[in-house]
Amino acid sequence: MSLYALQKLLFTLNRDPALQAAFKADPAPVLDGYRLTDEERGAMTAHDVGLLYVLGVNGQILMHFAAFCGFAWPDYLEAMREGVRRHGPVRAGVYALTSSLDEKVAGL
Amino acid sequence: MSLVFAGVTSHGPGITARPETADPVVRDAFFAALGSMRQQLEAAKPDALVVIAAEHFANFFMNNMPAFAMGMADVYEGPIEDEAWLKIKRRDDIPGDADLSKRLITEIMQTVDVAFAEEWRFDHGISVPLHFLTPDYGLKIIPVNINCQGPPLTPLHRAWAFGEALRRACDKVPERIAVIATGGISHWPATPDSGKINEAWDRDFLDRWSRNDRAALTAYTDAETYRDGGQGGFEIRTFIALAACAGGQGDVQFYGPIPQFAVGCTVGVMDIVEP
Repeated sequence: MSLYALQKLLFTLNRDPALQAAFKADPAPVLDGYRLTDEERGAMTAHDVGLLYVLGVNGQILMHFAAFCGFAWPDYLEAMREGVRRHGPVRAGVYALTSSLDEKVAGL
Repeated sequence: MSLVFAGVTSHGPGITARPETADPVVRDAFFAALGSMRQQLEAAKPDALVVIAAEHFANFFMNNMPAFAMGMADVYEGPIEDEAWLKIKRRDDIPGDADLSKRLITEIMQTVDVAFAEEWRFDHGISVPLHFLTPDYGLKIIPVNINCQGPPLTPLHRAWAFGEALRRACDKVPERIAVIATGGISHWPATPDSGKINEAWDRDFLDRWSRNDRAALTAYTDAETYRDGGQGGFEIRTFIALAACAGGQGDVQFYGPIPQFAVGCTVGVMDIVEP
């Protein structure tokens, strides 16, 4: 688990259009700059927002990456639930799921 | 001159991003309360508006996270969010006042170690309130951040101390200063629980805030807040700092849970009492 590095990458990516363009063209060299586990690296490459959520990425960082990947807001919320279905509970951080898996609370 | 206005408001991005999804009755009452707050703010004729915010990784990250930070620039940028999503136009010419910031920060530092920042990018935490309160961007803005995001968080009693220091600083400058705090009470933003709102917890907090009950406002542990108010509940720090700054009784002019905005939407104004 290298959540700090993963979140640092996402924080930087969220802020830097040049890095976003580089990531879109070829994520590998961008990811090489951070000490990520294979699981984290795979989640970034696959735009697996659900797994990134389970790994503990703060939602205030993750929501920007989801938008960058083209997720509409309700799809982003559902992707996180799907992540918990597939990978189990959130493993770190302060953004754990507290409602039941199929409970929709956003009114959307 | 002194502090001339003190208020609190919510800042959830859904407020501008997706207003059409909310119950129009509650939404319109909330927007009307924000319009009224704008009138009260303008009637106080401030020279500058200090915004005590709880930012979301627009400027600060866990590589160097300040407990308190304050802008010290003549110009700010924002919002950082996608314009089409937040529905607020991005600007790079939001007016600040570096000289005024420097004088305020210098005084605050006598009792609270505040970081200063000569650049600052606003996120929805500041841009959503400004969209309603100063939509023509004619008022100088001074941003403040309290760490409500990356634990260990700023202790509540330190948020109170910051508010007292800010008040002392406001009263020492010749300008007329307005202060607003923006944040949610209970909410679970940007999680699958986005839209969950603990109305009873919110109303209890607002009761403590309205009474300006220092002991009750600073009694929460982070574990209690997380359990009852979610990670978004950590933003009560901004409301607490504002209460310490103003010193009087609070008037909650609107409170209404709007799940689509992911927060119990709040508008409040607090009396300014001589310290």
